[in-house]
Amino acid sequence: MNFEYSTEQAEIKATTMKFAREVMMPKASEYDQSATFPKDIIEKAWELGFLNTCIPAEYGGVGFSAVDSMIITESLAYGCMGMNTAIMANDLALLPIVIGANDEQKKKFLTPFTEKPLIASFCLTEPGNGSDAAGLKTTVKDGGDHWVVNGEKMWITNAGFADLFVVYATLDPSLKHKGICAIVIDPKESTGIEIGKPEEKMGHKCSDTRGVRFNNVKVPKANMLGAPGEGWKIAMKTLDHSRPMVASSAVGGAQCAYDHSAKYASERQQFGRPISQFQAIQFMVAEMAMKIEAARLLVTKSAWLVDQKLPNTQLASFAKAFAADACMQITTDAVQIYGGYGYSKEYPVEKLMRDAKLIQIYEGTSQIQRLVIAKEIFSRS
Amino acid sequence: MNIFVCVKQVPDTETKVTPNGDGSFIETSSIKWIMNPYDEFAVEQALQVKAANADSTVTVLRVGGVKDTEALRTALAMGADDAVLVESADNLDSYMIAKALKGAIDKTGKKPDLVFAGKQAIDDDCLQVPQLLAQMLDIPSVSVVVGFEMNGSKLMLKREIEGGSLEVYEVETPVLIAANKGLNTPRYASLPGIMKAKKKPMAQHSLADVGVSDSDRRVKYSQFTLPPEKPAGKKFEAMEEGARAGVVKEVVGLLRNEAKVI
Repeated sequence: MNFEYSTEQAEIKATTMKFAREVMMPKASEYDQSATFPKDIIEKAWELGFLNTCIPAEYGGVGFSAVDSMIITESLAYGCMGMNTAIMANDLALLPIVIGANDEQKKKFLTPFTEKPLIASFCLTEPGNGSDAAGLKTTVKDGGDHWVVNGEKMWITNAGFADLFVVYATLDPSLKHKGICAIVIDPKESTGIEIGKPEEKMGHKCSDTRGVRFNNVKVPKANMLGAPGEGWKIAMKTLDHSRPMVASSAVGGAQCAYDHSAKYASERQQFGRPISQFQAIQFMVAEMAMKIEAARLLVTKSAWLVDQKLPNTQLASFAKAFAADACMQITTDAVQIYGGYGYSKEYPVEKLMRDAKLIQIYEGTSQIQRLVIAKEIFSRS
Repeated sequence: MNIFVCVKQVPDTETKVTPNGDGSFIETSSIKWIMNPYDEFAVEQALQVKAANADSTVTVLRVGGVKDTEALRTALAMGADDAVLVESADNLDSYMIAKALKGAIDKTGKKPDLVFAGKQAIDDDCLQVPQLLAQMLDIPSVSVVVGFEMNGSKLMLKREIEGGSLEVYEVETPVLIAANKGLNTPRYASLPGIMKAKKKPMAQHSLADVGVSDSDRRVKYSQFTLPPEKPAGKKFEAMEEGARAGVVKEVVGLLRNEAKVI
């Protein structure tokens, strides 16, 4: 049993945190308020190897463990949760390829991401299907020497900039999860893809979120991941890997809110002393520190299980629900500690509170995580 | 070309420094160590020279404790080829450090063409090691360097002097260059760089191996204490015309007799 980072992990933490503080944080507010996609920052992060951490070494990746990639995500989310969403969405989209693709597909689809700062989009959610993901309506039909995809996707991160889509579609909605396929669509080689307008959101404003419509899009047969109908299995395994990552981003956002709060509380004077000397403030800050540590431990264990090739579905949901809820409370309390200043855009914490909310919603809401946990508990008894 | 870079590991700039239990040095157990910021410019410049000159190697050198090798590992992750650590306590003086660095360079068997260092370390701010080392190596040195141009073995160096003016030096290799802020923008250690650094060689020597003994010590530290806390300032009220002359007299008296500044 060892809770210490390895030397390399400590260095990964140091260099990613340096990047978060020096490159991301100074731009976070500006990119948020102007809802600018952080292409320049993504490119810099890519050059330093912060993107696509899931790509194995044999396909040109660095060869990180899942625990390593949690450290990277936490730092980048510390810098800006919105920018991190844009960065993390690449991993979410590439994971189904890492998990479900054959060797040839991996070479074809993954390796270009190690050669150029490309962008990928994961397309699962639809206008009528969020939590009930297996009830998706987008169809994939056999067109002879190709597949034909039809349907509409919603809340697709990076859609406006995507060089590659990983799309979930069904052979027949009545087959439910047994009919779902995961298929790679290259927009440069396809016609019939309609990208919607950017959504105006409460937080994560710099990340690009849009609807995507597929109108009779012809896709090569070679782009199906796994056998037809194996898409659901691939999606669920993807979530086992990606939920710890999303949880880690919540830890990063929470840590940022905590650092701001502890510093501000030590500086802000009321009634002739720093407000950090009042128990009301101390309790909030102590609660923050406690929850961050607990969330980080859950994240690390759920990622460690991935590295050990052990089942982690329950731990991943523990981590995702706990960290997201903790991040929401911590960022809300950060605004409270800052008082009136906290509610102002002049100070950084209101953005953190807006950004935190999404982490309770995407990649399975906090409520869905509890359903997953309960299912794990009662399916064993 | 044989390029050497001297780096020091210093406490993170946000560290609150306190004396240790017996006051013989600072308390180092809880310190987060970083590479001396001026040394980052030195490493970056060395890597830029390497990139422009085929068959060059960059060796990073450090004298200090083995527990944490953050500074050397960072330099390797940034792109240096190999590292040499001379193991020692943290309380050496500048002369001992310079002599140990000289010994470490000799041990590599390579004749230095360029030696880079930061102009000063941000912990003890001695500003001595680069000049001492250059003297021991019997090569010229230029410090506070903010401009660097290289053409074959010829270098044009700009150094900052009082009042923001620049002095321009033309020198030939071998030379020691002590870097100042503004020389370049140090790169980040990339993640592939960090993973590759694991496999790069790091030689380790004792002080005795490089010919340094306690008789080389020039500075003995007798005691480390925090500076006395500043007493609260005094305020004098002189709202009334008539009271002013008296207040002025009092203040002048205090400045002369108590503060002893006039």
